Amino acid sequence: MGHTLSEKILAAHIVGEQASLRPGDLIEVGVDLILANDITAPIAIREFSRLGVEKIFDPEKVVLVADHFAPNKDISSAEQCLIMSRFANAQNISHHYAVGKMGIEHVLLPEQGLVVPGDLVVGADSHTCTYGALGAFATGVGSTDVAVGMASGCAWLRVPESMRIIYRGQMRPWVTSKDLILHTIGKIGVDGARYRAIEFVGPVVDGLSMAGRFTMANMAIEAGAKAGLFRSDTTTRAYLAQRTNRSYPVYHADPDAEYSSTVEIDVGRIEPQVAFPHIPENVRAARDAGDVKIDQVVIGSCTNGRLEDLCIAADVFRGRKVHSDVRCIIIPGSQEVYLSALRRGFIETFITAGAAVSTPTCGPCLGGHMGVLASGERAVSTTNRNFRGRMGDPASEVYLAGVPVAAASAIAGRIAVPEEVTR
Amino acid sequence: MSAEGRAWKYGDNVDTDAIIPARYLNSSDPTELASHCMEGIDKEFARGMERGDIIVAGENFGCGSSREHAPLAIKEAGVGCVIAKSFARIFYRNALNIGLVILESVPVVEETKPGDRLEFDLATGWITNLTRNRSYQAVSYPPFMQELLAEGGLIEYTRKRIAAGRLPSCASR
Repeated sequence: MGHTLSEKILAAHIVGEQASLRPGDLIEVGVDLILANDITAPIAIREFSRLGVEKIFDPEKVVLVADHFAPNKDISSAEQCLIMSRFANAQNISHHYAVGKMGIEHVLLPEQGLVVPGDLVVGADSHTCTYGALGAFATGVGSTDVAVGMASGCAWLRVPESMRIIYRGQMRPWVTSKDLILHTIGKIGVDGARYRAIEFVGPVVDGLSMAGRFTMANMAIEAGAKAGLFRSDTTTRAYLAQRTNRSYPVYHADPDAEYSSTVEIDVGRIEPQVAFPHIPENVRAARDAGDVKIDQVVIGSCTNGRLEDLCIAADVFRGRKVHSDVRCIIIPGSQEVYLSALRRGFIETFITAGAAVSTPTCGPCLGGHMGVLASGERAVSTTNRNFRGRMGDPASEVYLAGVPVAAASAIAGRIAVPEEVTR
Repeated sequence: MSAEGRAWKYGDNVDTDAIIPARYLNSSDPTELASHCMEGIDKEFARGMERGDIIVAGENFGCGSSREHAPLAIKEAGVGCVIAKSFARIFYRNALNIGLVILESVPVVEETKPGDRLEFDLATGWITNLTRNRSYQAVSYPPFMQELLAEGGLIEYTRKRIAAGRLPSCASR
């Protein structure tokens, strides 16, 4: 029996002798990169200190990013970041990204060329699965996993079953990869891929840009998946060519690889989507949203904070105004994205339209800062979760959408499709 | 390890924002986190629960974020164990890594009413509903996970490996 892409990457990283590897096996693997942020690193650092190990296994393979509550939103957050920067200095960690250099971690790491195909990445952030877009096996873990990983370079994993999702057909106007993944989550449910690795395949995903692939891999966790992988191809190589000199193996799933299930999706039937509160699987076509008045729009995050996303937003906002009842907050995912958007005139377009533009941060996505919702308020957001209270008060509501719907909704003051405002 | 306590019952897809809202993540102090345990879904829990009480929930408990603050808040609050039909995978590993007992059992969840007294024995995997006088066998753990829980978590397990000179180093990879 052949092996899936995930199984091949895991087999290449296994510690010690193991003749064959099957789904369900508990294995120990060596990792290529370990990630933590200003929320998860402080606990990891505390737990690391309990191990009695002085030095981390490799200062080049640990990445610390201050992105969630940074720029520090309050004194406690400042202290969390301080714990992280002191540790980074003491351990000579060069990949420590603080304000001025930092971006949202899952926008930043690929941009910095820190992940290549075939890598095994663990990160104390659930959206670590984003790097699956590069053909890496990347998965979210906890702070204690990071502590032990920093000491040994190893992690324990259960080999996941793999499921395959095949996308075929022609995408409609204004439909983005965000709509494909929202539709997929609506179809399989928030635990539809629980404990499993998703392989995103088919002609449609082969044609997606890296930004589009990152968006889809990012939300694999919203279907409960352990990882969400794309095969690496010429698009991947072109993206990496400008970003790293590292050589990397290219793994492909065997033709007779075993999948626990296969889902086929005709993208021609998918319209721009919205996930209604309070669970990402509560998806419907934006056109069928009804009259949902909104108070805030957020465009950004590890899901949709890349240059391509801001380019689409600028196309919608150009020559138009944000509705007087709406606060529109646009957050470039990294300094590089911000600078490129500035040079291309997108930032001017946003500010002229009446939107606020922020330095990179996860901020509002998790109700941290930079756009927290009051009781009864509603937001359309290009982020990834709409759990009760996710962006603020437990009586607020979050509607997840792609960039075109978010931008159109900011202009209309209610959930809208782009055709309604761009006519 | 065994314990007895009252059941606090919740539905499917209890997410990590419900267990510990992100606004409290500017602290990693377990006591502080415990004081907000389950606040996103049940404001009465942290005040009303007693040491040893048991959380009983449906499918996909702990879905969402990787925040270890979630199992940490539950453990520090004194919850005896969490019994669910299924767990989200990051929550599952985080719970084992920090030594919070979690058990999977569909019938226990379906047949337990809020306030029932439950008892569990980790060694045997038996859960007893003392109120209804029924016993159930939870889904069993693989040996590695049993060992993790027996040691009290991944840090204790790893310390033992280090002491025995059994920690693999992947630094040379």
